[in-house]
Amino acid sequence: MKHLVDIEHERLSFFTPAGEVKALDDVSFYVNEGEVIGIVGESGSGKSVTSYSLMGLIANPGKIIGGDLYFNGYHINEMSEKEMRKIRGNEVSIIFQDPMTSLNPVYTIGNQIMEVILLHTNKSKTEARERAKELLTLVGINEPDKRLKQYPHELSGGMRQRVMIAMALACEPKLLIADEPTTALDVTIQAQIIELMMELKNKLGMAIIMITHDLGVVASICDRIAVMYAGKIVESGMTDDIFYNPKHEYTKGLLKSIPKMYEYDYERLVPIEGSPVDMLNPPKGCPFASRCDSCMKICLREMPPVKNFSDTHYSQCWLNEIEDDIKSEGGSECLKK
Amino acid sequence: MLKYIIKRLIFGIATIFVVSTLTFFLMQQVPGGPFAADKSISKAAQKALEVKYGLDKPITVQYLNYFKNALHGDFGISIKQRGRDVAQIISSKFPVSARVGGISIILSLLVGVPLGSVAALNRGKILDRLIIVFATLGIAVPSFVICTILMYILGVKLELLPTYGLTSPLHYIMPVLALSFYPTAYIARQMRSSMLDVLGQDYMRTARAKGLSENVILFKHALRNAILPIVTYMGPLVAYTLVGSFVVEKIFTIPGLGGEFVSSVINQDYTVIMGTTIFLASLIIVMNVLVDIAYTVIDPRIKLK
Repeated sequence: MKHLVDIEHERLSFFTPAGEVKALDDVSFYVNEGEVIGIVGESGSGKSVTSYSLMGLIANPGKIIGGDLYFNGYHINEMSEKEMRKIRGNEVSIIFQDPMTSLNPVYTIGNQIMEVILLHTNKSKTEARERAKELLTLVGINEPDKRLKQYPHELSGGMRQRVMIAMALACEPKLLIADEPTTALDVTIQAQIIELMMELKNKLGMAIIMITHDLGVVASICDRIAVMYAGKIVESGMTDDIFYNPKHEYTKGLLKSIPKMYEYDYERLVPIEGSPVDMLNPPKGCPFASRCDSCMKICLREMPPVKNFSDTHYSQCWLNEIEDDIKSEGGSECLKK
Repeated sequence: MLKYIIKRLIFGIATIFVVSTLTFFLMQQVPGGPFAADKSISKAAQKALEVKYGLDKPITVQYLNYFKNALHGDFGISIKQRGRDVAQIISSKFPVSARVGGISIILSLLVGVPLGSVAALNRGKILDRLIIVFATLGIAVPSFVICTILMYILGVKLELLPTYGLTSPLHYIMPVLALSFYPTAYIARQMRSSMLDVLGQDYMRTARAKGLSENVILFKHALRNAILPIVTYMGPLVAYTLVGSFVVEKIFTIPGLGGEFVSSVINQDYTVIMGTTIFLASLIIVMNVLVDIAYTVIDPRIKLK
């Protein structure tokens, strides 16, 4: 099967005055056409950076220092800025976290939607306006004629996010990146936006990369999930694999910290203790070691290898290796190290 | 909008009334008088002059008389410049200052806005540092120093430009440069900081994600948002620059209104002081209304009520 997106061993660093921050360290993943992929992880784990780099939106001092990125047959990291601009907003679009600030306050909604259409298609102004109206109707905004003439500050947050989605879908992209699209919205609106995105996905058939830290959202809409920690994908698998058969201690921790709805006893949430690693000085071994309850000596010394459980499910954790050792030899080579 | 403008103009008239009343009584408090310095005039002649200009009457009567005449458009005759009335002085000298000032405002915008934007886009690089140094100098160095340096280099050493008067286009170059220095530096600095602010906004990322070219991003999406603080500054800048600068006009011997301001105060030429003060106050008020209107054109979030 042909992958729409293929990221192979991407390394990306920010060269700050304080030193090199390794934001992405050997990140590999793929997205099939029409697939919904969830990327979860805490702040600073590299979720957004991964997807921004796919659009060539990494600003100074960030730089891709290794690996290859392919999208729809394009070799992203070999393309010039000018070539990149033809793809952006056209074949791959993005919607951002905060709809309140993501629209330019001094231009009308119509102007901002039509801008993308006029840029990437040969449509005339009148045709572009028709298309913009069509898009607004598509994302469930009533009275599109009136809305086109309104400014962002005249719309509510949910409405603005719908406008952002309309703008992103203007040229029917193959891939939509949603960077925490619901974080800044209140809960009822969140559900509406997620529903809308799924509806549009079914209608238009684009693939979606959903970046979020809301595991609830991920569970309900994603086909596959990648769990990121400290610039690495520590576990990836089908949604069911991740939720019912997690193979990394961090994933397990994340799952434990979700509030449960039908619990009889009042149960305290279990947080993951400690704080994220300092990306300026990443530890030598597994980055999660210092916060891991099952940390072993080897975890502090060496990065665990990737272990495949199935075609789609893999994780990077020494515990998996040990289980194998125990099964095969009855003793642990890893522990001896 | 129209209602707002009318309201502002009514307030403006009230402001002018207060400003002129304060000026009237304050200038009378200054020791001496228009004729005190002229030792050649005898006591009797001085008395006769005071009677002629109505300065012998009680101050409240003078005040009422002045406003009665002013309301009829008569701002009196100059006490020191024989045979010229105030309206005549202003209408003959303002155009001179306004021409020099107008050119310098346009120049400072044309140079300051791009300079500030370029600095912001090259933040932290050498170009940015150079522009910051220029902007700091422009704000810190007083205009008489700049005038003198310009005059010494361009006028005296290189003999490229005439050093006094305003008789040919060449004559404008040095006064315009001298007048533009401060506002250019100020605009560049302001533009740099507001541009930096705008460049970090989320909607700039959206614009980039749309695949727009850097030029469209900069000129369409960034500039219009970043220009607001400059527009604010334009109100007072335009008013003060159009009426001219005392220092620049004195140094380059330009017969403008700026010199008139200061010399009228030194000479205690009461009617000219009043006339120029009311003129400047009106100009500032009109400019501020224009700035407010410009705001609503640039930023739709601002509504005038």
